[in-house]
Amino acid sequence: MDFLRPASWDEALAAKAEHPTAVPIAGGTDVMVEINFDHRRPEYLLDLNRIGDLYEWEVGADTVRLGASVPYTRIMEHLRAELPGLALASHTVASPQIRNRGGVGGNLGTASPAGDAHPALLAAGAEVEAESVRGTRLIPIDDFYTGVKRNALAADELIRAVRIKKADGPQQFSKVGTRNAMVIAVCAFGLALHPETRTVRTGIGSAAPTPVRARTAEDFLNAALDEGGFWDNGKAVTPSVAKRFADLCAAACNPIDDVRGTASYRRHAVGVMARRTLTWTWESYRGARRTTEGAA
Amino acid sequence: MRVTFTVNGRPQEADDVWEGESLLYVLRERLGLPGSKNACEQGECGSCTVRLDGVPVCACLVAAGQVEGREVVTVEGLADHAEQRSGEAPARGTSLDGARRRQANGTGARTGEGTGLSPVQQAFIDAGAVQCGFCTPGLLVAADEMLERNPDPTDADIREALSGNLCRCTGYEKIMDAVRLAAARQSEGV
Repeated sequence: MDFLRPASWDEALAAKAEHPTAVPIAGGTDVMVEINFDHRRPEYLLDLNRIGDLYEWEVGADTVRLGASVPYTRIMEHLRAELPGLALASHTVASPQIRNRGGVGGNLGTASPAGDAHPALLAAGAEVEAESVRGTRLIPIDDFYTGVKRNALAADELIRAVRIKKADGPQQFSKVGTRNAMVIAVCAFGLALHPETRTVRTGIGSAAPTPVRARTAEDFLNAALDEGGFWDNGKAVTPSVAKRFADLCAAACNPIDDVRGTASYRRHAVGVMARRTLTWTWESYRGARRTTEGAA
Repeated sequence: MRVTFTVNGRPQEADDVWEGESLLYVLRERLGLPGSKNACEQGECGSCTVRLDGVPVCACLVAAGQVEGREVVTVEGLADHAEQRSGEAPARGTSLDGARRRQANGTGARTGEGTGLSPVQQAFIDAGAVQCGFCTPGLLVAADEMLERNPDPTDADIREALSGNLCRCTGYEKIMDAVRLAAARQSEGV
């Protein structure tokens, strides 16, 4: 095994081009587990710890450009207002020790269906900034996950950053596990209201081969909210709409039975989380609307 | 490969390090510092918790090559680290020999008084928070870092800060007592 230690991003891209099998390591919270357990013996480890750019973020007018290695701890501390869904998801990642090392770039690189960041990224809307010596391309998050622990990156590409849409409305994240800390999701759900476009986006974790959006459920809810004038009249979402939305979210799952839970439990739990996160975000939207319009 | 880094305030060098080796292995097997414990090797248990450039991390998930030029504090250096923080001692660090000899045996083997323990270590002894002791080093490092950041923690703060450290003996209540005790002593300047 060789340990490659680029001092700059350009050096890292050159190293990845020269050694496409090199495994990037940043926080190490996935890669080192595989090495410790002898599940993986990469020919090259490509250490990204020295590249300061990866630990920075920029808040723009519409998006946050989040460096691939920004630890979850920083996201929780500094980006709660801009990325509320991702900040909530970050808080559920493992433990303080892991959140101090791990970041969204690693979550995307590993592309586990159970990665905690994915539902929040899908719901908020995001693009993955992939770079190689050939250039930079932006991969829409909807096209990024291609299979169980597979993603759309080419062999010579590294993740430089994720460009995530700044929240324009309430966002929520919910995760089912056996305890609060140190737990991999049995399943997870992210939901974001986008009042500017009058749309709702979702993200489902750990209930299909890849993280997925519940598109049919989104389409149904967008139409129902529009037809009922809900965005304008600020009424509570009717229980029948919430129920139908929950059922469609459950139907969007393609889960498996495994040691953490059964497929039918996952479908059920995703439906429950969908209804709850819809209620939480919608009540928050109604509250904000009342405040801005000064009505009772 | 060779890895050169600072451990407990002193420069150290480890030779013949395998590229896939963890920081934990280097500390325990190459530098002879067995305070950081090796248990799950997957970041679940927190018993290998050390400070890397001040930040608590699981040493089992840090590749040895990633610590080149960086600073690590282990449980063996906790007393000196706490002393320096309180401004009572110059930054002299802890030698490997000193670290290996460190044990709580001063005026009484049970109390460890007068042996230069950090306040949080003393509090763990006084509160009876140590049973089998395997999780203790990781908990000490995590608890000490929290008290450095947050001198007046709520119970929720303590639980959150220690949520990555598993203990199978105590049921955590005595550990909570110990951290509360350390916080109280710290605020009284004891």
